[in-house]
Amino acid sequence: MDIDRRQFLKQAGCTLLGGGVFISIGQFSPGIAKASQLPPLGTSTPVYGFVVNTFKCIGCGKCVEACKIENHVPVSCFRTWVERYLVTADGAVHVDSPDGGCNGFPPRDVPGIIKKAYFVPKLCNHCARPNCVQVCPVGATYVSPEGVVLVDEQHCVGCSYCVQACPYGARFINPVKKTADKCTWCYHRVKRGLTPACVLVCPAKARLFGNLNDPDSPLIKIFTKERVNVLKPDLGNEPRTSYVGLAEEVR
Amino acid sequence: MHEVITQGFLFPNEIEVHWSLMIVLYPYITGLVAGAFIVSSLYHVFGKHELKPVARFALIAAFCFLIFACTPLLFHLGHPERAFNIMFTPKFTSAMSGFGYIYTFYMIIVMLELWFMFRPYFVRMAQKGAGPRHHIVKEGNHDARFRPDILQTVRPVPAWKRALYSVLSLGVYDVSEASLHMDHKIITVLAAIGVPSACVLHGYVGFLFGSLKSNPWWSTPLMPIIFLLSAIVSGVAMLIVMYAFEMWRKGRPLDGACIQSMASYLWGFLIIDVVLELLELLCMAYEGEESWMTLANLISDKLLVSYVLVQFIICSTIPFVLLGLVSLTKLKDKTRNSFSIISAVLLLIQVFSMRWNVVIGGQLFSKSLRGFTSYNPEFYGREGVLVCILLFCMPFVCIYILNQFLPFWEEE
Repeated sequence: MDIDRRQFLKQAGCTLLGGGVFISIGQFSPGIAKASQLPPLGTSTPVYGFVVNTFKCIGCGKCVEACKIENHVPVSCFRTWVERYLVTADGAVHVDSPDGGCNGFPPRDVPGIIKKAYFVPKLCNHCARPNCVQVCPVGATYVSPEGVVLVDEQHCVGCSYCVQACPYGARFINPVKKTADKCTWCYHRVKRGLTPACVLVCPAKARLFGNLNDPDSPLIKIFTKERVNVLKPDLGNEPRTSYVGLAEEVR
Repeated sequence: MHEVITQGFLFPNEIEVHWSLMIVLYPYITGLVAGAFIVSSLYHVFGKHELKPVARFALIAAFCFLIFACTPLLFHLGHPERAFNIMFTPKFTSAMSGFGYIYTFYMIIVMLELWFMFRPYFVRMAQKGAGPRHHIVKEGNHDARFRPDILQTVRPVPAWKRALYSVLSLGVYDVSEASLHMDHKIITVLAAIGVPSACVLHGYVGFLFGSLKSNPWWSTPLMPIIFLLSAIVSGVAMLIVMYAFEMWRKGRPLDGACIQSMASYLWGFLIIDVVLELLELLCMAYEGEESWMTLANLISDKLLVSYVLVQFIICSTIPFVLLGLVSLTKLKDKTRNSFSIISAVLLLIQVFSMRWNVVIGGQLFSKSLRGFTSYNPEFYGREGVLVCILLFCMPFVCIYILNQFLPFWEEE
């Protein structure tokens, strides 16, 4: 082939540039990261899931308290919390979560007649396509082989970018450790075969945790029998905390 | 710490504003870098000779602002001692991970350009003779024998200073015509690489915000462009103010063509910047998505003063009119200069309030879209007002120090 040096450099440059751009696009797509990180369903590796049944939650706040004790969560921060929704006859929605629901919910006066009232426990959604992992500049936030989104507090720089990127308000900067903090589904317990603290203490069985690869898991029964939904599905984060009876008012 | 006042419902972790005044200051300083560099490049790359009086100073200013561009981030980080993790273990899915590299690359470009620009001066100063103070005859006067007043005192360059200039010259003493010509070419190339780098440096800051789908106030593809244009506006405005101040200090007149040119650029960039921001707002309002009701409340209540009044009504409208007059009509020198300087000062406030409205504004409402929090920066704290003022003063201190060693203006 007849090719002079200038042409060669030109073509080599274009190839390198094109390849670089192609690889970068792949890097930036959280979808690709997802496929490579999680083991496929149906294998022996556990893939964890979490289901919140909003019909069952009684708003006692024991889950919030248990989480705080188990994970040493500072007073002003919440790895999990419970929201109370009061919908009046005129369609107005009144939401509150005093102290994250940690001390239960005192009666609340709202204008109008209350048509509907319910509680919604919230926690990290451990998204399959997590924004927080995508934006962490140092790779301190990552997805475990079981699909749990974790923070390496020895490596986190505390820039708060993940806090901004989480659409669910599930993250905070731990005022003691000065690093990002969030629900881990009690990973330290789960790895020992225990359930997360909030699941353990819930008197109403409103919180369920299990292995999606285990056919006997209570989660599998719920997914086959109930109609479940996730929070903000339009954002495309594919949360893996699912909700039974999720009302349209809940964000 | 001021008490946080909340309205409606916020997720419990949202009550505290995580990105504070430091994150307002960071894009502000970065913007000044990008803007000042682009003015310098308008002369070096695009041949806008009317900007020659400020071209060299613009680069110095860009350099000094660049040195301190990342200091607000260090004050903000929970673990500043781990700051270099961003370069050692970058995660390239994060826009932020590019910061260290973009910043370093840009710093190298600016430093190289500065070095080539001042190289002949370093050589001259390094080779200037030592010895006692002596007199030479001022240029153009030959009859000096009986006229001591036309003698100029020449102070010898102290040895330490000559050593400093020798070091700065990096041992390259070739100042032949051919070598200076080559320097000039290199400066042009560096400035040409610097223009896209400056755009990347600041466009990237806009991307940090614009790419977060979790926040409807930030999430728009226009964000990098708006950040870039406001950066240029702030950079040009800062140069006008600093140029006017320096000339006033030295008792020299302002270069009419230069001020006129900078004012015209400022007017042009201001128009595009404000139009884009208004278009973005219009699109959000017209589309009327679920988040719009919350954003409308944000604008009409929480950001009424800083966004509507300061950013648009006062600090955009007045400069638009004044700079329009400067650009389109023939004004007296003094009027033109006054209009330009007043506009520049107002635009510096406008861009700062824009940064505030984006960074703080985006954190004042809940992602549940049901409530608002408040933010009043503390005064003495690590991320407080005092630190912010001190950090913002540092580039000027740096410029002052550099001025002791380098001539900023052509006449020097």
